[in-house]
Amino acid sequence: MALKMVKGSIDRMFDKNLQDLVRGIRNHKEDEAKYISQCIDEIKQELKQDNIAVKSNAVCKLTYLQMLGYDISWAAFNIIEVMSASKFTFKRIGYLAASQCFHEGTDVIMLTTNQIRKDLSSPNQYDTGVALTGLSCFVTPDLARDLANDIMTLMSHTKPYIRKKAVLIMYKVFLKYPESLRPAFPRLKEKLEDPDPGVQSAAVNVICELARRNPKNYLSLAPLFFKLMTSSTNNWVLIKIIKLFGALTPLEPRLGKKLIEPLTNLIHSTSAMSLLYECVNTVIACNKHGLSFSQLCVQKLRILIEDSDQNLKYLGLLAMSKILKTHPKSVQSHKDLILQCLDDKDESIRLRALDLLYGMVSKKNLMEIVKKLMIHVDKAEGTTYRDELLTKIIDICSQSNYQYITNFEWYISILVELTRLEGTRHGHLIAAQMLDVAIRVKAIRKFAVSQMAMLLDNAHLIASNTQRNGICEVLYAAAWICGEFSEHLEEANQTLEAMLRPKVTTLPGHIQAVYVQNMVKLYASILQQKEQSGEKEAAQEITQLMIERLPQFVQSADLEVQERASCILQLIKYIQKLQIKEVPVAEEVIALFAGELNPVAPKAQKKVPVPEGLDLDAWINEPPSDSESEDEKPKTIFHDEEQRHSRHRQPEIDEEELARRREARKQEQANNPFYIKSSPSPQKRYQDTPGVEHIPVVQIDLSVPLKVPGMPMSDQYVKLEEERRHKQKLEKDKKKKKQKKEKRGKHHRHNSLHTESEEDITPAHHVDIITEEMPENALPSDEDDKDPNDPYKALDIDLDKPLADSEKLPVQRHRNAETLKSPDSEAPPVEKSKKPKKKEKKHREKERDKGKKKEKEKKVVEEEEEKKKSSKHKKKKHKKEKEEKSKDKKKSKKKHHSEEEATESVQNGTLDDEPLPVSSCALAALTYDIQGNLQNDSQVTVSVIFENKSTSFLKSMELNVLDSLNTKMLRPEGSSVHDGIPVPFQLPPGISNEAQFVFTLQSIVMAQKLKGTLSFIVKNDEGSTHEKLDFKLHFSCASYLITTPCYSDAFAKLLESGDLHMSSIKVDGISISFQHLLAKICFHHHFSVVERVDSCASMYSRSIQGHHVCLLVKKGENSVSIDGKCSDSTLLSNLLDEMKETLSKC
Amino acid sequence: MINAVLVFNNHGKPRLVRFYQHLAEEVQQQLIRETFHLVLKRDEHICNFLECGSLFGGADYKLIYRHYATLYFVFCVDSSESELGILDLIQVFVETLDKCFENVCELDLIFHMDKVHYILQEVVIGGMVLETNMNKIVAQVEAQSKLEKAEQGGLSAAPSRAVSAVKNINLPEIPRNINIGDINIKVPSLSQFM
Repeated sequence: MALKMVKGSIDRMFDKNLQDLVRGIRNHKEDEAKYISQCIDEIKQELKQDNIAVKSNAVCKLTYLQMLGYDISWAAFNIIEVMSASKFTFKRIGYLAASQCFHEGTDVIMLTTNQIRKDLSSPNQYDTGVALTGLSCFVTPDLARDLANDIMTLMSHTKPYIRKKAVLIMYKVFLKYPESLRPAFPRLKEKLEDPDPGVQSAAVNVICELARRNPKNYLSLAPLFFKLMTSSTNNWVLIKIIKLFGALTPLEPRLGKKLIEPLTNLIHSTSAMSLLYECVNTVIACNKHGLSFSQLCVQKLRILIEDSDQNLKYLGLLAMSKILKTHPKSVQSHKDLILQCLDDKDESIRLRALDLLYGMVSKKNLMEIVKKLMIHVDKAEGTTYRDELLTKIIDICSQSNYQYITNFEWYISILVELTRLEGTRHGHLIAAQMLDVAIRVKAIRKFAVSQMAMLLDNAHLIASNTQRNGICEVLYAAAWICGEFSEHLEEANQTLEAMLRPKVTTLPGHIQAVYVQNMVKLYASILQQKEQSGEKEAAQEITQLMIERLPQFVQSADLEVQERASCILQLIKYIQKLQIKEVPVAEEVIALFAGELNPVAPKAQKKVPVPEGLDLDAWINEPPSDSESEDEKPKTIFHDEEQRHSRHRQPEIDEEELARRREARKQEQANNPFYIKSSPSPQKRYQDTPGVEHIPVVQIDLSVPLKVPGMPMSDQYVKLEEERRHKQKLEKDKKKKKQKKEKRGKHHRHNSLHTESEEDITPAHHVDIITEEMPENALPSDEDDKDPNDPYKALDIDLDKPLADSEKLPVQRHRNAETLKSPDSEAPPVEKSKKPKKKEKKHREKERDKGKKKEKEKKVVEEEEEKKKSSKHKKKKHKKEKEEKSKDKKKSKKKHHSEEEATESVQNGTLDDEPLPVSSCALAALTYDIQGNLQNDSQVTVSVIFENKSTSFLKSMELNVLDSLNTKMLRPEGSSVHDGIPVPFQLPPGISNEAQFVFTLQSIVMAQKLKGTLSFIVKNDEGSTHEKLDFKLHFSCASYLITTPCYSDAFAKLLESGDLHMSSIKVDGISISFQHLLAKICFHHHFSVVERVDSCASMYSRSIQGHHVCLLVKKGENSVSIDGKCSDSTLLSNLLDEMKETLSKC
Repeated sequence: MINAVLVFNNHGKPRLVRFYQHLAEEVQQQLIRETFHLVLKRDEHICNFLECGSLFGGADYKLIYRHYATLYFVFCVDSSESELGILDLIQVFVETLDKCFENVCELDLIFHMDKVHYILQEVVIGGMVLETNMNKIVAQVEAQSKLEKAEQGGLSAAPSRAVSAVKNINLPEIPRNINIGDINIKVPSLSQFM
């Protein structure tokens, strides 16, 4: 044996180890690939040997090669061999290699199950650790299913090192095997309170990760996390919890209120920037209303942004943009800072700052901000950043329907200035804006047209370098605007000439096509103008010009251009003939383009409702069948009959008609600026066409900064605007002064502080923004963009529902005679195979369950106590703030209640609402609230608020209830049923406090009433007396229900399942609104609305014992009918009775 | 969640590649290359966060990196991680390396990639942060190398040690490129954080 080992070692001497391999690769820089392929051959030889040391060395080298990009999956089996080595050294190498290259597609992975299980249960914690680490990388659904139970056991390992690893791996297991989440969750929750901070942190990490994807299922953990947040000092944990709260608060607004205080405390106290930042983030998320907090956040963020550390600056801006969404005002005051960041050398920071600008503009500062941005555009060196700036400028200006633009002349000139950008990809964006503004802002058309004419005139500057120059897209817009609104053109002749220049033919085809089309429009309006003024010769001249120049487009390689040009050429030749005969033609020509185009909303087409009886999927013409086989029938099954009819009657459309229609459609499309045509790159084609080749293309040297002659500078508008505003302000002030004089005395200094507000700025000229057209009776948009392939969707599991017996992790037992060897033994748990054993197992499970339940119960009690503590804690703080005012109010309110309803017992359900009184005397009042226990299916928690109404001190309070067969109060162990439970506090005069009592029940299908007594000692100056207060606890059926959200599909399935009993009630004389009615049912009976259509709604709730209750509520004129379905008929009828009672009170 | 931990040098040569989701080798190399180009473009003294678009398959992902002498340490994380926290974690990781290798340099990472992996496994597991306390990490790493040494204590270790001694004899002194102690990186919140 020893000899063999020595021999093995000597063999190894001649093998390369990892270091040799690395060195070798470094020494073979020129022929690295060849060298490595040599090495791989050697490795293959080594893998064939029996010596595990040699094998593991080879695998180690493979891991290195994997990093260099070599596929090593062929060695998967060898890797498994090394993984199963007994020595830790080798095992670790094996697991490392596996973690780098195994995945769900690795077929041999199923061979590892037993090996991993063995390692997981190894006495050596590092074997276990290595196995866990490896597993975290390559766990598959099969492995997850088979090993879930083992890993869950490890969560309670004695070593915290293993516990924390196991906890983290569980997340991966949940992802691959979602069924394991519910059984494992209680233990995971336990780990939140693990004595080891590392394990605690791991548990927080996993739950946060889970909750991030499906926050609503984790709302019930909020109190626990709240406690952790106030107690933990580990910043990692705090950050995770605070992030989690950020995800929970949108679902539970009340949580936000509670969080504000501890979070602001943290913000003020912490020195860790990371924690501060996350606190601010969460405050932003949970504080949608309070202004003061957002100001605090903004102040803190300002400090971050002003910091010299670029990282803090970046994060500050990031968080700022979140505040911006809810509190734009508080961010706007920091405009200076954000504009400063635009100058930062760091592009990430500049981009963040740009994002912020979007929300910061107002009518007042838009021009100024855009001016700054324009300066940056000029300075920007990289095209990507410059393009980003360009899109941002357009975004900022066009946001919410040009809300902030007061002067559209200014905006047009900004757009024109932007056309000076060379090499931008966003020419089409500018073009779209030009079109949009010109079409929708009628008042600006004249100005826009003059600017566009200028652009066309200077087209040679813009389109100087058509290769890869996106900016020439603006010519598309310019040509269209000049053509369409040609009546506004002053020098139409000149523009027409500009459009007919030979240079135009170098533009992309789709732009030329627009040119050609719009030339005619221009021509038509010139013609009309000339004819009206009687200049016949001029009219003929212009016709001649067209005829001379158009042929260059007729020769175009672009089909669209060619077709349009030749059509138009013929048309104009015809016009010329008429002109020679001195027939007035202008009216007719202009009639070609009569009518105005209206802007159409982008989604309008989609929203046109499909007319009744129109089947869009039906064939109009039967598709030519590919094969002769008759098997292939059209897909439509239902409309077969009708279709056949229509097919026969369909009149044959002849070719001509089709062509005509096509042409008409094309014309229509060409005239429609919103019709997007495909733009093939035309450059290549020009080179092939002989006709275009001889056209001289003059390249213009553009080293001199571009300055388009005659273009207005946007800057001048800024000045003008300022002057205008100043004037306006003066006028206003004058008016105000007048008013002041009139109202003297009434108004105080207020006006002197007057600052320009948004509304004060009136637009320069009246702007009539035409809204986009929408089809009549447009359908509501259905923007359902949930990704059905979301892997986290499977983890959307209700965790509050009590565990059913069937929900167990599959347990792999020791090799039974029946279980087959290796791979097959991983098949799902053995349940169906053997009956006698199953019983045994069940028994065992039951026992274990009992143990668990006890544990759980204990925890529940503890938890609630903690809840109480924290709430007490809060109360104390609140007191300071709210003073006695609110207390007094409450008291009076309560008194009011208790006087009225002292004997009547009413109960309600929700957590935070004020419980109603059940009993009161001169000395004390008792109010209570029953709540189903989320963790246990046979318990409810009764929260009782004790209020001292006397002027004496109340102490030694003891609450006792006469148990019924069904419902019993949970008493401490060892006490008899006749003993009361001491209330854990004393009450000074005028104070109230809350205590909770747990009741166990067997059946929940019936309402219960329990009689009880509260005994206490009243102590005052005169001495102490023993007093008693009798009360009744009413456990309605509704109090056993837990509000549970339900999706409509799940709801439908439930109804379809058919194992529900049905019952219904009808209540007349209901006058309240349906909305109100639903709210009442939700509130008093713990239901949630599944779906609501008009005056009909489906509702759902679940009892603590898992009964499903479904309701269909319909409201008629003065009545309401409720149909209920429930797994238990008695429960249902009782629930409906209760509901009837509630509704009849409305 | 951490999606990937990449370490490469100033020339883009990978020194440690750890993806926490399976990707084919070519894709991995492609991602390393693209990440390298993104990071390389950036000056020193600008922020350490980088939005990488859809490079890692989702706008949620962000690159957080630090540059030490010849090496870039890049973590790709999603929005559930705290940016500054990860920055500190990188620092912890590097300091741990420094402790375990005694003045770590690029060559240590080159020749002991396996060991670097083992250290990383004590910090991040399956994309989730396992431990942030450097002393605890070092203790676990050392306990495991002790275990390894104990296993090699037998016959088999002696010859291989001799071999490596022979191999090292004719090597010139290996230059130590990175010296963490000298670099003295500014960590704004590390002391408060841990």
